[in-house]
Order: sequence, then C-alpha cells, then structure tokens
Amino acid sequence: MAEAIVAQELVKTYPPNVRALDGMSLSARAGTIFALAGPNGAGKSTTVKILTTLSRPDSGAAQVAGLDVLRHPDRVRKAIGVVSQKTGATPEATGRENLIMQGEIYGVRGQALRQRIDELLERFDIGQAADRPTKTYSGGMRRRLDVALGLVNRPQVLFLDEPTTGLDPEARTSLWEEIERLAGEEEMTILLTTHYLDEADRLADQLAIVDRGRIVAQGTPEALKSELRGDAIQVELSEPPRNGRIESVLRGLAGLSEIVIEERIVRARAAHGASAIPGVLNALEREGLAVSSVTLARPSLDDVYLRHAGHLYREDTEQETE
Amino acid sequence: MNHLRHTRQVTLRYLRALLRQPAWIGITLIQPMIWLLLFGALFKSIARIPGFHGGSYIEFLTPGLIVMLAISSAGWSGMAYIEDMNLGVMDRFLVSPIWRGALNAGSVTQQIIIIAFQSVIVAALSLAVGGHFPGGVGGVAILIGVSALLGASFASLSNALALVVRQRESLIGAVTSVTLPLTFLSTAFMQQTLVPHWIRVIARFNPVNWAVQAGRSAATQHTDWSLVGTRTGFLAALLLVSAWLATRSFRAYQRSI
Repeated sequence: MAEAIVAQELVKTYPPNVRALDGMSLSARAGTIFALAGPNGAGKSTTVKILTTLSRPDSGAAQVAGLDVLRHPDRVRKAIGVVSQKTGATPEATGRENLIMQGEIYGVRGQALRQRIDELLERFDIGQAADRPTKTYSGGMRRRLDVALGLVNRPQVLFLDEPTTGLDPEARTSLWEEIERLAGEEEMTILLTTHYLDEADRLADQLAIVDRGRIVAQGTPEALKSELRGDAIQVELSEPPRNGRIESVLRGLAGLSEIVIEERIVRARAAHGASAIPGVLNALEREGLAVSSVTLARPSLDDVYLRHAGHLYREDTEQETE
Repeated sequence: MNHLRHTRQVTLRYLRALLRQPAWIGITLIQPMIWLLLFGALFKSIARIPGFHGGSYIEFLTPGLIVMLAISSAGWSGMAYIEDMNLGVMDRFLVSPIWRGALNAGSVTQQIIIIAFQSVIVAALSLAVGGHFPGGVGGVAILIGVSALLGASFASLSNALALVVRQRESLIGAVTSVTLPLTFLSTAFMQQTLVPHWIRVIARFNPVNWAVQAGRSAATQHTDWSLVGTRTGFLAALLLVSAWLATRSFRAYQRSI
C-alpha cells in the first residue's frame, strides 16, 4: 500500500454559499507525516472531517488506508484514529475511564485493553492523573490524553487536527517528539493540520499549503523552500507609502523580485540580500519614506506561503473577507 | 453483541456524569416532594367537585405526577447531546465504529433509570402523606413502566431534535412549548369527565394521556386491562418510531457539519 490517504477533487459547500473545499486533492504515502498548513478557514478541518467520515463532500472521492471513505465509512472508521481540534474527552470521567470507553468502542477489551491503556498512560505521561476527572487536567495534559484516545485502537492512519493549538512551547515540543516517534517507530501514516508553519517545517515529510479550499503548493518543506530563490528582505516603514510609485521604483532595482507592499511593510526577494539592501534603502529615502526597521531572512515556509497564496500568512484571512 | 457493549458504555458514561454532580442528585430528590406537596395542597378541593370519584386527590394525582416528572426529565435529554457536540465528544464518537443506535439507547437507558428512581420517590412520598395504591406493587410497577416508556420516547425525540437544531436555545424553546401543554392536555391532574370536551378529544391522541390512563388504571383497584394493554401498545409503537428517528438524525447532523 503506497498511498495511505488519497483525496480527489473534493468539493464541499456550506449554506448559504461558503465554498469550504474547492477541488481539494492530496495524497500521502504510507508511513509518512503529511501536513496541511494554512490559515483558519482555508479548508483544513473540512478536509479532515471528510477523510475521517464525519462529513460528506458534495463531490469528489477519497480513500484512506486503501478503503473508500464514501462507500465504506464503517471500515475506514476501524482503521483510523482521530484527534480533532476540540478535546473530545468527557470532562466528568477520569482519563482512564475515557480510555476504557474508547477501547470498548473499537472492540479492544479485557487484558489487552488494560495493557494498552497502561502503555498509553505511561507514554503520554498521564499516569499520575489517570484516575482524576479530566476536567482537572491542564491544557497540555488534556491534549496528550486526546492523542492517547486516538491511539487506543492502534490505527493505521492518524489524523491530528491542529494538535498543538493553545499549548505552551514546552508542551508543544514534547507533543512534536511524540508525533515523530509515532511515524518513525510505529510506521503510522499521520495527517496533520496546523496553522503554524514552523510546526509543519519541523514534522512534515510532505507539506501542502492550503488556501481557499485547495492546495496551492505541495512538496517536502525543503523543496518548497528551495523553490524560492534568495533571501527575503523585509522593510518596515514608519508610515504607509502615500502612492503606488514606490513599487515601480523598487521594480526598477536590479536583483530584486517578488515585491509585495502591505501597509507599512515592504517585502522583496533578492539572490544576495545583504548587497541589495543599500539600494532598497536609498530608493526609499529618495521617495521620502522613513524606514523604521530592516530584516533579512533565509527563506522560511512563511515565504513559501506568501508566494503561493499571494497574500501574507495571517490567521484572519478567513472567508469573512468575502 | 457489540450493540449491547456500546450501549452499556454510553449509559455508564452518562450515569457517571450524573452521579458526580451532587447538586443534581439533591434536586432530583427534592423536586418530586415540591410537586407532590404543592399540587396536593393546591388542588385538594378538586376531590370535592361533584362527579369526582378518584378517592383522595393525592391518590388521583400521584400517577399524573409520575408521568409529568418522567417527561419533564426525559425532555431535556437532548441537552446532553448539545453539550457533547460543543465539547467535541459527539464528533469523536461519530468517527469511531460506535453503533449510532447506542448513542440514543444509552441516553434513553439513563433516562429510564432516572425516571424509575424519581417515580419510586414519588410513590413512597404519596404513601407517606396518606395515598394508597389499591393496584398493589404490580400496579405501581406498571405505572412506572408506562412512564418510562413514554419518557424513553420523549428522550429519543429530544435527542433527535438536538441533532437537528444543534442550539441550546432552540431545544429549550421546543421542549418547554411541548411538555407543559401536553401535560395539561391530558388527565394528569383532572379527571377525564371533568375536563372540557375539546381537551378530551385531543387527549385521546396525546401520548402523555396514554401513559396517565394506563398508569392510573393499573394503580387502582379495578384495573381496565384492555385500556392498559392498548395504551402500552401505542406507547411502545411511539418509542420504536422515536428511537428510529433519533438514530436517523445522526445523518442530518453529519450532513450539516
């Protein structure tokens, strides 16, 4: 089984007229981590809902673990584990009780279930709190329980919908390590959605950038970054330029490309950033624009996003602008 | 077999949540007392209306009250679904191989347990304040049984509605505008021969009245077994339809998310 997850031309519209998915296609090889990155509202969660049989697309097809999601949702459900954005644990029940119920649902029971639970409790470091109601858990601990719940049935494919949102840096890092271990040692296929590009950069074997319901770029994080030629220059002006002249002036400068001006921020790309900066600063000064800061950076996934989505990576670029 | 295991897990989950809320237990115990003593005092003089032949009013009231408490508890069953939707628990269940019917059956089982518990309290209180059950323990058991049957339908319908409306406010509106009128369009608190003709006509098609009539008849000395039998049959049929609807409604929910 080469491809563990395949989606073909998924379209999903929500009433009254929100096109959440607009021809979403992706494929993830077995045993790899596939990340869907993009802002809230881009269609990541809708994709996960369809692939995990929760929701149905208006059109398109999908297979998970070699099974047709639309025709055999019941078989797909047995093969997958899902950790959604919301916790999903019963607050009044203890961690252990939540895990027992989850096991019973998947037909894991008796001695096998007890062993599995002890293993997961230890692995996710919840042992101490196993017999306390989950409403007393900290955010990080609850998230670790959520992941443990998704793993009770030893799924072939694990879906993680924004697993680290709202976690402190330490909890994030420890969850990242666990996710890497799952893909590495247990050869699980993991589909991860995130709106942190650094998370995708760190974890993903394959990364797809989602914007407005479709994938705008796909590849390994390295390949995506190397597509970008040169360094990113970012200049912050003390006030927004009053006219569009500055853009054409910058375009006239040699060695500068992909010029984007958003409010007070001017972005451009140059093969040798350090030597291009004096020219940029001179040009701005001649236009009478005061500069408050200049940054030079090696390509990052933020730049990949900016380039493919055509606008800056921001969480507030949701459908509300439509 | 899996169906039963899943139902058992869902039931346990609900009961656990209830038993860990001491306030809920307190309210469940106190509520029947308030109703019984309040209604008992308020409507005491009904027993003196010419044409009333139900013995003491407490005796007449008790079956009506047991049925009313059953639906007013079961009617809110859908609130737990909405809570689960908001928590993300519902979605976790729906992407698992859990039998959809178990999600309703477990919720209904929990309601039946609550109803049985409350009904026994009301019956005991009623005895304590001078009521009698000439139909004996068997009669009271049938009374509780039909109340539970009716409550199970109400719980299923409430669950189905929760899956469709998905909003707390909408469900509250629907439940309050159904349970109270249906209670008063029945013979729960007033003898059939003493209510206006139009209410009597409506009551014939009112499931709440089916339960009240069957339960009250079973608890009296001269039980009308054909009445008990037919009304129980109607209630069982209603439950089948409601449970089917509740299980079906998951599709509506999944279509909308």
